[in-house]
Amino acid sequence: MRKSSSVRIVSATLFLLALLVAVPLLISATGRSDLYYTLTSVALLSIISAGVWITFYIGRINIGQGAYALMGGYVSAILVTNYGVSFWLTLPLAGLFCAVASVLIGLPILRLRGVYFAMVSLVLTEVARLLALAMPITNGAKGIVSIPLPTGISLFGITFVPDFASLANPRFAFYIVAVLLMALCFLGLYRLAHSRIGQLCQSLQQNEELASSIGVNIAYLRVVAYALSSFLGGVGGAMFASISQSIYPSSFTVADSVNFMLNCFLGGLGYVLGPMLGTFVLYFGWDVLFQAGEFQLLIFSTVLIVLMLVLPNGLLSLALPGKRSG
Amino acid sequence: MEQVIANGLYLGAQYALIALGLTLIFALMNVLNFAHGQMYVLGGFVTYSIYGQLKLPFVVALICSGVSLAIVGALMEKFLFRPVIRRSKREESTMLLAAAIAFFLDALILLLFGEKQRGVPKIVSGVFISDSVILPYDRIVVGVIAILMIAAFMLYMQYSKPGRAMRALAQDRIAAQLMGVKVERYSMIGFALGAMLAGVVGGLLVSITGVNSGIGGPISIKAFLMVMIGGAGVVGGAIAGGFILGMMESVGLTVLREYGDVTYLVIFALLMAFLSIRPNGLMGKPWG
Repeated sequence: MRKSSSVRIVSATLFLLALLVAVPLLISATGRSDLYYTLTSVALLSIISAGVWITFYIGRINIGQGAYALMGGYVSAILVTNYGVSFWLTLPLAGLFCAVASVLIGLPILRLRGVYFAMVSLVLTEVARLLALAMPITNGAKGIVSIPLPTGISLFGITFVPDFASLANPRFAFYIVAVLLMALCFLGLYRLAHSRIGQLCQSLQQNEELASSIGVNIAYLRVVAYALSSFLGGVGGAMFASISQSIYPSSFTVADSVNFMLNCFLGGLGYVLGPMLGTFVLYFGWDVLFQAGEFQLLIFSTVLIVLMLVLPNGLLSLALPGKRSG
Repeated sequence: MEQVIANGLYLGAQYALIALGLTLIFALMNVLNFAHGQMYVLGGFVTYSIYGQLKLPFVVALICSGVSLAIVGALMEKFLFRPVIRRSKREESTMLLAAAIAFFLDALILLLFGEKQRGVPKIVSGVFISDSVILPYDRIVVGVIAILMIAAFMLYMQYSKPGRAMRALAQDRIAAQLMGVKVERYSMIGFALGAMLAGVVGGLLVSITGVNSGIGGPISIKAFLMVMIGGAGVVGGAIAGGFILGMMESVGLTVLREYGDVTYLVIFALLMAFLSIRPNGLMGKPWG
């Protein structure tokens, strides 16, 4: 047991080092700096998908993550542009805003299960888009554009984070931030899944009545899990708004919400790293297929269907056979 | 006001037909068919090709839409959903499959028919005008056909042998199997029937609103709404949900006109409130 956990720590550190050092070196060697944007997107999307994974962990199918990503993006964008708050402060604020909103929304709708929850959460994405279109503060269909780049953080004269606008290559900086955030997120997710709360969440996934009958506070747990999930969605959305320096009502739509769900499915619902792998494969698969032109979506969806037929339990079920899900 | 009610009834009849197919598939297979809207679009394009391009009678086109979609549905059930349901650890996996199929049909429709809005010539010209109601005749015809189809569907489910078998399946799959119902066969028939309904509505509506390759997703969302209002997997619920949504849309567009495009926002808000009081919809079975 001890050995396997130390192996895990070492491999996780190596993976992180590879992302932070080897990948930038490779990219500068090949000169394909456009890959930074792709990889940053993958990192951020996998954070958002990780949120969806948490709701799967309590046995709910969440197709509403796009709503929180959109909400987070708008909160951050409005705070930065209208009130001049530092972006780094708005990042947790956006997450917290989404978490609070999700508690209010979640209290009634988390009583639903199965397809009912799935459908309501799908509707939620649509509600968020319509709200963003209708509310005056979100500037309607025009969206919020030319959001300033993140400013620097310095404490006692020491610069921790440089001003992004002064950097020669802000994409690289965004990449580093996104990778660090992703590492933090999945570390937390791993801890959560292997903690007491994680075990309790799994009991919700299996049988809520039974869990409740032996004294698990199911109403509290599922709201907490949903709030965490939305927090991740909000943080991811805020980062996206900052990278693209713009946010529109159509930045995150139903299709995105479905994609977040697909990421989790594809990677494997039983594995913590499932959302990360699923996002990576889906995003890169989509990018690679760009050369196929008009057949892009056709090939993409065919591959998805075939993958589903061959590996209905996710990609990671291939690498970790026989391992019990969870 | 009469005008609003007439519009609502006309919309509701079509919506109910869409929701019926979705709820049937859900009741039998426990599959949330994301591709329902795409099936509807496909049906619309089949009718467009046959009635609009080949100039064959509208009825023939409608039947072709139904038959081709029934075949598509049956094949999907046999070769895609059945193996995945059998082998997957979690039944939610079918949702990924359904979503992938939705993407696939979207891509296929886009490649075959392009992204243009397509319409066909009116099936009946002229407008019915009375003191308070103005309705084009083609809308009346389409509404009546939709209501007839709903009635036929309900009679079929109530009195025919396959209908009885499917109702048994929906109630309890294992018990039905123990009583000698051929579960696999009737799952396939049910899926085909649900797909056929989607195709026929698509065919009906192409004569009024036209069809384009992008409307599949929004139609699916509307169908989900109706099913949630009425309760998933219940035939009566789907019909009620369809008419309620049609009526709310019609009333909302009139009453809330001066506030801009907020009808659906209000409908969603009402739905959330309603579901928090009655999580299983009007007639749904308790989940779990």
